[in-house]
Amino acid sequence: MEKDQDKILSDVTTGEYKYGFYSDIEMDRIPKGLSEEVVRIISAKKNEPQWLLDFRLKSYRHWLTMKMPTWPNLKIAPINYQEIIFYAAPKERKNPGSIDDIDPELKRTFDKLGIPLQEQKHLAGVAVDAVIDSVSVKTTFKETLAEMGIIFCSFSDAVKEYPDLVKRYMGSVVPYTDNFFATLNSAVFSDGSFCYIPKGVRCPMELSTYFRINSANTGQFERTLLIADEESYVSYLEGCTAPSRDENQLHAAIVEIVAEKNAEVKYSTVQNWYPGDKEGRGGVFNFVTKRGMCKGESSKISWTQIETGSAITWKYPSCILRGDNSTGEFYSVAVTNNYQQADTGTKMTHIGKNTKSTIVSKGISAGHGQNSYRGLVKVLKNASNARNYSQCDSLLLGDKCGAHTFPYLEVDNSTAIVEHEATTSKIGEDQIFYCNQRGISTEDAIGLIVNGYAREVINKLPMEFAVEAQKLLQISLEGSVG
Amino acid sequence: MLIINNLKASIGGKSILKGISLNVKPGEIHAIMGPNGSGKSTLAAVLAGREFVEITEGTVTYLGKNLLEMAPEDRAKEGIFLGFQYPIEIPGVSMVNFMKTAVNEHRKHKGLDPLSASDFLKLMRDKKELVEIDSKLANRSVNEGFSGGEKKKNEIFQMAMLEPKLAILDETDSGLDIDALRIVANGVNKLKRPDNSFIVITHYQRLLDYIVPDVVHVLYDGRIVKTAGKELALELEEKGYDWIKKEIENNVVS
Ligand SMILES: Nc1ncnc2c1ncn2[C@@H]1O[C@H](COP(=O)(O)OP(=O)(O)O)[C@@H](O)[C@H]1O
Ligand SMILES: [Mg+2]
Repeated sequence: MEKDQDKILSDVTTGEYKYGFYSDIEMDRIPKGLSEEVVRIISAKKNEPQWLLDFRLKSYRHWLTMKMPTWPNLKIAPINYQEIIFYAAPKERKNPGSIDDIDPELKRTFDKLGIPLQEQKHLAGVAVDAVIDSVSVKTTFKETLAEMGIIFCSFSDAVKEYPDLVKRYMGSVVPYTDNFFATLNSAVFSDGSFCYIPKGVRCPMELSTYFRINSANTGQFERTLLIADEESYVSYLEGCTAPSRDENQLHAAIVEIVAEKNAEVKYSTVQNWYPGDKEGRGGVFNFVTKRGMCKGESSKISWTQIETGSAITWKYPSCILRGDNSTGEFYSVAVTNNYQQADTGTKMTHIGKNTKSTIVSKGISAGHGQNSYRGLVKVLKNASNARNYSQCDSLLLGDKCGAHTFPYLEVDNSTAIVEHEATTSKIGEDQIFYCNQRGISTEDAIGLIVNGYAREVINKLPMEFAVEAQKLLQISLEGSVG
Repeated sequence: MLIINNLKASIGGKSILKGISLNVKPGEIHAIMGPNGSGKSTLAAVLAGREFVEITEGTVTYLGKNLLEMAPEDRAKEGIFLGFQYPIEIPGVSMVNFMKTAVNEHRKHKGLDPLSASDFLKLMRDKKELVEIDSKLANRSVNEGFSGGEKKKNEIFQMAMLEPKLAILDETDSGLDIDALRIVANGVNKLKRPDNSFIVITHYQRLLDYIVPDVVHVLYDGRIVKTAGKELALELEEKGYDWIKKEIENNVVS
């Protein structure tokens, strides 16, 4: 029976990554390596104002004093920052902004990925900001949104056009001193998305940013800043892919969210960076700092993530519940197959009164994958009547993979109620055979079981993406039982 | 329909089936009886394609094809249905989703388009009525938290949905009260057609009060030791299996 299961498992864990192609786009790259000079070059390339260069330099100097933390449950080969290219951008055409002036190869790339750069047909309800390597190449539906006062543009454009908003909020949730990779990002970030929803406006469409790493040896350091003013609502989605390469690529991003009084932000991620090959060669190092501040009373921030890609994932989308009656949510499905490793979870910091947080984490491990949930629920002294509910489930496919949970609790207010539940289960050979006997192939059986297991989280995704996410889950486990 | 010839099989090196031959024709109902541990479920497992049973000798021909070479899901799509002695729970997978996938896989195999959502739900409704299954069961996860009887009825429901050519029911009657037993038997009788066949594995004769078999076999220690008409079941009920055991020991079995 053992042997049989092994065979099944080794088959389902050998699916191919479907986005591993490389596009030959004319690029403007700076020499590899990191120094104060490089930070200045990046800033100059982007014609940045002095205040932003100062922010970068301050961050860079601080970074030099820091060391990479070793607390995550991850095995990471040393990263040589002098071997990484910190800025690569598709060469500018005469008239950027017009769809006709985008490199046709670039257009083809996004077509292949199913991301429309034209404001058109099948994703008509979604506005897209497309970021390739270091820069944003196109933001759709900008004008439509502008009519409602919504700003949705690349971070670089925001620096030029809305410097006051950027200055006021950038670093207010993730300070430049926050952690090793956030500080690095603050020094060298190249682009990303910026979004502002004015008072009382419900954003009528999904906003989404699509990140693509294309060039070799290039790090991606984007920054996203999302501000929801009082009584506003926005649902935001990010997706990401990268070519298959033998060497590891570094992705160190920052996402900052601010929700003012009564505002609600839903932030969803479908992370599908290149995971490396079956032997664990290559793949993206995904070291990301995501944090939202429920600043105003009764505000709400909800993180949903489907993490199927990357060789190593290290991220903890978190909420600071500062406003009274504010709510933070974290719904996560993380898949590790082959030699992937993930250390992911969240941090809920209860500061205001009657603040609530919900954590639902579903880990799926297959092959030699290692999956760790790490979560901190922190209730400060004045946060009376804080509530937290955490649920951490692990699903194992095979016996070479691992699941680990590290829940931390720091409660300084005796009126707080925190609950934690955890389960671990396995997909049994009997379950698969039962499905087979009804005419369902092993691959589809695993898809059914995994999607059933992850349904609670997938249901939180915007509808347009729920189906995609289901397919992705199935593909990322293809070959792990077969 | 199904021709088993001198089938020998072992599990983990231990010989379990010791030369079984069986010929099931279209429209026939065969009952297989026998004491616990005699190899009834192992035979069902071989027919359904469980890999942990090693075939050491013999052949199985199903509708003219070598059954032993087919993958389990292909056997299912070619019309073999196994009602499990111990149906498996699959938490998180709704019966609706499970059955929709199964039915559409069967349809694909026949070159048909998938059923629309409304046609599928109608099919579910019709079949639920046919087998008198509680309609709430269909909204739950596959077998999760079902009682023993509910699990067995759910097997019959799935059989009704998939309309197999050859259904193998492994002790679908054990653990059922008389009402449930009647429902299971009714399910079989309603699905019976001149072109499909049943192998009903049972420990007791009482199911055979409701399902009338054409042939009854007694399986004992991996061999079919007796084959006769439906009256054999009654004889067994009366005399118990000890009678068979003695006959074998005295070597008087044909
Ligand atoms: N998975 C298994 N592993 C090892 N032995 C098994 C397994 N399944 C059945 N057996 C053995 O095979 C023999 C026949 O079992 P089974 O086919 O279940 O009998 P029945 O269904 O007639 O009660 C028994 O001795 C049982 O212990
Ligand atoms: Mg049995």
